[in-house]
Amino acid sequence: MSRARALGRAVRRGLLAVVLAPLLVGCAAATARRGDEVIVFAAASLTEAFNDLAPVFSRAHGGARVTFNFAGSQQLRLQLAQGARADVFVSADEPNMDAAVRAGLVEAPVPVARNRLVLVVPRDNPAGVAGLGDLTGKLRLVMGVRDVPFGRYAHAVLRRAEAAYGPGFARRVLANVVSEEPTVKQALAKVALGEADAAFCYRTDVTAAVAPRVRVLEIPEAFDVAATYPAAVVRDAPHPDLARAWLAFLRSPEARDVLRRHGFETE
Amino acid sequence: MTAREGVAVLQRAARWLAAGAGAALLGLLVIPVAAVCFDLTPAQLWAGLRAPVAAQALALSLISTGVTLAVLLLAGTPLAYWLGTREFRGKRVVETLVELPVAVPPAVVGVGLLLAFGRNGPLGRALEARDVTLAFTLAAVVLAELVVAAPHYVRAAQQSFAAVDPRLRLVARSLGASPAVAFRRVTLPLALRGLVTGAALAWARALGEFGATLVFAGNMPGRTQTMPLAVYTAMESDLSAALALSALLAAVGFTVLVVAKALAARGMPHA
Repeated sequence: MSRARALGRAVRRGLLAVVLAPLLVGCAAATARRGDEVIVFAAASLTEAFNDLAPVFSRAHGGARVTFNFAGSQQLRLQLAQGARADVFVSADEPNMDAAVRAGLVEAPVPVARNRLVLVVPRDNPAGVAGLGDLTGKLRLVMGVRDVPFGRYAHAVLRRAEAAYGPGFARRVLANVVSEEPTVKQALAKVALGEADAAFCYRTDVTAAVAPRVRVLEIPEAFDVAATYPAAVVRDAPHPDLARAWLAFLRSPEARDVLRRHGFETE
Repeated sequence: MTAREGVAVLQRAARWLAAGAGAALLGLLVIPVAAVCFDLTPAQLWAGLRAPVAAQALALSLISTGVTLAVLLLAGTPLAYWLGTREFRGKRVVETLVELPVAVPPAVVGVGLLLAFGRNGPLGRALEARDVTLAFTLAAVVLAELVVAAPHYVRAAQQSFAAVDPRLRLVARSLGASPAVAFRRVTLPLALRGLVTGAALAWARALGEFGATLVFAGNMPGRTQTMPLAVYTAMESDLSAALALSALLAAVGFTVLVVAKALAARGMPHA
């Protein structure tokens, strides 16, 4: 065989190796990593607080890794129902957790935190919203999709507020809705960008990163709803001991301190 | 076994491997859609489709993608023709700019559109001064779909125009045809198949657009909630409804693409 042909074949073989190599590396990486780990499926609103709690838990449990999957509670429940590997499920509301219990996906849940809704407006408050009552004016309101926790809670707040603002208040407010967001972070982002005049979100969502761009308006106690966050160990969890340890850790004074620092309420 | 027989065996094995890999990839493309379509019983499918949200979402999807396609054909064809038949400095830059939206996550496209055309953006403020709002409207849906779908059409159209032998056009011109007639009677028919395929692909991309639409146009049933948004929203409450909508979306997309390809084949000029 001529040298040119030999070289050509060598180059082709080299290219083949280059193309196949990522495949092999990917397969190796995709297989489950052994070692101490706890996989936590948690509602998106817990992102910042749980990220702060993870290193504390890790240090107290021999460097065990805490892997998070933050998403909407409904989405997480869906993933669990389809067999996703997880150790703990923390939901942003009780209906989702109850559904998970009924489906036999989790063990008995315990409450670990509470959250309250607040009203946020852009820092310059273009629509001049001072309170719930101003939501009937001409403005762009962003709500949550009715079936996600924060959407459901916001609708409940508006219904309760009819006690003070009269019947039909909720309907008048809802006429101003320009978008129903699937996640609370997206709703908040639209307000932070100044594209929406107001949105409901959890108190805990107004993080240090977002706070400079928004103004928080409290919702009167009488109308506000408290979102309860139940947590449960997933059945057939790959790391049941660490799962229970995480749950116990969430109810410890140290963890409660961190949660409160982020704006949650605890027992 | 002789060396020649050995090589023949290896070659046959390689062909089987290649065929197997190709079939596996095809399966990977088909299986998720098929799984969605066949997960439900016909009764569940029908129930999911009867919900008013399905009709609204379908109408919005068809209207918005229709407008998007029209704009693409009107504005994208000249651009593709220019790119396909001219050489100039910076052509590669322009081509890359056209392809850019493909490399950017749709959600980022949405944020970009919001920052530019939202009421706080430079262009948005000028529009607001004339009482024109783009964000959270059907216009926003069309804009989002345009940005993500345009690269698919323009690139395909460009390649189609580039593949037309320029001498054919020259002959037409030398026989007295005006540039317009030369384009219509010579260039266009020859490029038509590629144009239709590109348009079909762009339309399909617009139909499935989700991330940019969600951020820029928002999610309002009856106003901006296209089929993909309706599917995502339905997943929060009723998985069956979401699956029914997904099956509908897949069916609509598949039908239109097949019809487009059939029309393209029929429109081929006689040699």
